[in-house]
Amino acid sequence: MGSSSGQTEQRRETFSGRSAFIFAAIGSAVGLGNIWRFPYIAYTNGGGAFIIPYLVALLTAGIPLLFLFYAVGHRFRGSPPMAFRRLHPKAEMLGWWQVLVCFVITLYYAAIIGWAISYTGFSLSQAWGNDPGGFLMKQYLQVSDVTTVGFDFVPGVLVPLLVVWVATIAVLALGVQGGIARLSMIFMPLLFLMFGVLVVFALFLPGASAGLDALFTPNWSKLTDSSIWIAAYGQIFFSLSVGFGIMITYASYLKKKTDLTSSALVVGFANSAFELLAGIGVFSALGFMALQAGKPVSEVAASGIGLAFIGFPTIISEAPFGTLLGVLFFASLVFAGFTSIVSLLEVTVSAVKDKLGLGRVTATLVVGVPSAVLSMVLFGTTTSLNLLDVTDAFINSFGIVVVALTVVLTLSVGLNALPVLRNHLNEVSSFKVGRRWQAVVAGVTPIILGYTLINSLQQRLREGYNDMPGWFVGTFGWGVVISIIVLAWLLAKLAWSPNSALGQPDVDGQPVAGPILDDKLDAGRFGLPAGSAGGKS
Amino acid sequence: MSSAAVWMMVVAIGTVWGGLVAAVIYLARHPEEPDD
Repeated sequence: MGSSSGQTEQRRETFSGRSAFIFAAIGSAVGLGNIWRFPYIAYTNGGGAFIIPYLVALLTAGIPLLFLFYAVGHRFRGSPPMAFRRLHPKAEMLGWWQVLVCFVITLYYAAIIGWAISYTGFSLSQAWGNDPGGFLMKQYLQVSDVTTVGFDFVPGVLVPLLVVWVATIAVLALGVQGGIARLSMIFMPLLFLMFGVLVVFALFLPGASAGLDALFTPNWSKLTDSSIWIAAYGQIFFSLSVGFGIMITYASYLKKKTDLTSSALVVGFANSAFELLAGIGVFSALGFMALQAGKPVSEVAASGIGLAFIGFPTIISEAPFGTLLGVLFFASLVFAGFTSIVSLLEVTVSAVKDKLGLGRVTATLVVGVPSAVLSMVLFGTTTSLNLLDVTDAFINSFGIVVVALTVVLTLSVGLNALPVLRNHLNEVSSFKVGRRWQAVVAGVTPIILGYTLINSLQQRLREGYNDMPGWFVGTFGWGVVISIIVLAWLLAKLAWSPNSALGQPDVDGQPVAGPILDDKLDAGRFGLPAGSAGGKS
Repeated sequence: MSSAAVWMMVVAIGTVWGGLVAAVIYLARHPEEPDD
């Protein structure tokens, strides 16, 4: 179809309905962090008492931020660069910054899913023997003694990594409804079912009650400690995948009349429901592990890679029906991780698709194939573990947090966009939001993110990172988070393709919402007559 | 398990899963409108 300007008209893809969107959004939010991060964070931050700051954080930051980014994506109908470009002519860079954060995470996230695929297989034979730690480091990852970047590939790591990339590219090539939504509508119910079975199984292990006792016994005195409140907001923030473009991208594929806020409530609570389930399963299993080792739970409690790839294999070797437990646990990691990596890569694919005016399959290949090669070169080698460790730490502390803080401040203080976005939410949603929503978005979030950022900055500048060499941390930690900002600025300078959907109407032929401009400041600058700025309705 | 731990587990499950059930019911009571 050609438009009057001779451009190729790009009809934006849509989810078939809000259920498809909700499953996709839950699939994105529920990831590895729900399984291996939440249980330990809750345990070390007040146990049962953690539920109070956690719920407060969900209601005053998590869900309000979901509302915010759903509104941006849905009103401005685009990937982050296009949505921000439409929101304000100078804001495109923010979108590219979010895209690049997603891009970096995608590169190493794929590797961890690859490990989980391998370990699903290893569970069948309990290949780690009686030394899961040694097996992971020496036999499986073959971790180099030197902290550097090398090109000694490890076939056992490289092959599952390739599988992850081929599968991710295939899903994205199938499109928003046929690929992303269909995947989540199958994988999410299966994940809840598999993990549910795992939890029931873990609850019957000897020692499970000691694990649950450790997780849920409240330490009320901790509630007066600011660190547990920061931990709760951090968990909600990272777990829900808010602030780096995924929710903007997914919301841009919603039909125009979609109940945004009610959908966000389901997504927010479903994500928390899953991680609570994970906490019960993980700590029941850790209680069993502690009993077997004759140690208190405090000595076996762990999180992250150590919990998944060393702690769980130990449990699997000792537990009755250990093989079944192992397959359920690692397959759950694969399912949770896969729906998340699909959403991460989709952010980059949709951005490139929008900017260059490419078709779905072309954009997926243009982004996916080079990403896969880069990911395999960096994370399929003997030097992958340290690289993954430092990149993950810095992209979380200084990539996600800084871009989210910048975006929230720009939307609230900089552009005063919250009233327009609030009106948009209320026009299409049944659960209405008022000034309190604006207050928590503009008030609570920047304070918590700012405080978290200052803490992390002080710690890293004082201590470096895990005794790693300065050049390594400088290049793959600081270097990455700074260079993506520069690159985002450069990408925003590039001209949009004439084939891009930027200037085209919405799927229903109506124009996409106009920019949110300040009449006094911006109308003159952008050649618009005063009063035409769309934002002050 | 101590009674405090059992109590907190029930509260946590009740609020979070209860919140999910309430959110799903609320959504179901507001059916999707077809686009014009």
